[in-house]
Amino acid sequence: MDANQILIKTVLITVFAVLGLVILLPRRGARGMAIRRLTLVLVMVSAVIAVIFPNLTNSVAAVLGVGRGTDLLLYGLIVVFLGFAVTSSAHNRRLDRQITDLARQIALTEATTAHDGRTPTEDGSPA
Amino acid sequence: MDYEANGTTEDGSPAGVAMSEPDRMIAARTWLVIPLFNEGTVVGDVIRHARETFPNVVCVDDGSTDDSAEAARRAGAHVVHHPINLGQGASLQTGLRYALTDPGAEYFVTFDSDGQHRVEDALDMVRRLAAEPLDIVVGSRFLDDRTKPGAIKRLVLKAAVVFQNVTSGVRLTDAHNGLRALSRHAASSIRVTQNRMAHASEIVNEIGRLKLRYAEQPVHIIYTDYSRSKGQSVWNSVNIISDLIFK
Repeated sequence: MDANQILIKTVLITVFAVLGLVILLPRRGARGMAIRRLTLVLVMVSAVIAVIFPNLTNSVAAVLGVGRGTDLLLYGLIVVFLGFAVTSSAHNRRLDRQITDLARQIALTEATTAHDGRTPTEDGSPA
Repeated sequence: MDYEANGTTEDGSPAGVAMSEPDRMIAARTWLVIPLFNEGTVVGDVIRHARETFPNVVCVDDGSTDDSAEAARRAGAHVVHHPINLGQGASLQTGLRYALTDPGAEYFVTFDSDGQHRVEDALDMVRRLAAEPLDIVVGSRFLDDRTKPGAIKRLVLKAAVVFQNVTSGVRLTDAHNGLRALSRHAASSIRVTQNRMAHASEIVNEIGRLKLRYAEQPVHIIYTDYSRSKGQSVWNSVNIISDLIFK
């Protein structure tokens, strides 16, 4: 039993370690998006397979050393959820940064027009 | 209001009085950058007091819901409005960007809106920028023992300093002091992307990354009841570290 569980433990720990790396080294651009989409497709395909062959989850669970197929599904759900949380928080951070830049630009534009086109210099400091 | 009465220091001399001519020249080329968020009760006095020494003040109103912005304007500051609340770090960056549009500006001081920084310290720091080959002068509460934070706060600040020195390679005795004086080079090259409180650490990291010439200046932080009630709780150190790691 314990010897069998080493397998599922390795699988889970590896997945969490990879997620941790994703947090620390957020990947931008085409590669990151492609990886996210491939993962999504993979999850969808395995979901469909699991629906068509319900017993398959049980056998996979047995191979990995997890008790039942439902347990395996639960583990899978946790992994997918954490993955989602990680990627969406990275995405939010990026959005925050863009909103900041946008708001700053608005603030600076408004400030200069509010001073009627005056530059800050014309308020008493020498040229 | 009474933040000045509470915050009188040992030497206690008011700033802005009896400035020498060279000081006046330096001050005229200096911009005070003050992030502002709901400090309506004190900010007017803070700015009026600061403007006796430094005529150029830009306040970045970070979406205040009280009359802070109006008070700042009445006190003679330039006010830049963030349309939404972005945080203190973002306000500093906006204020620096605004002040940099003045081609005559050579020195930039980041200053607090709640009266915890002393104008005399700011002037000392700008003097050093003008006299010594430095890009940035950072205030430190721990170079002498005038400032008296509570025991827990002291411990947290010390721990922050150790963390900061290890991660940035910059040797400072006070990691999160908001009083800094920057040269034009430093002000235009430092990028503050941390919107919230982690910007102080980020500025230190930038000093290391950009290899800026830095020095520390002992300053006295005035912990009044007002600033204490608004000040950072020690819980914030957790948020700061997580902001820095998960950027």
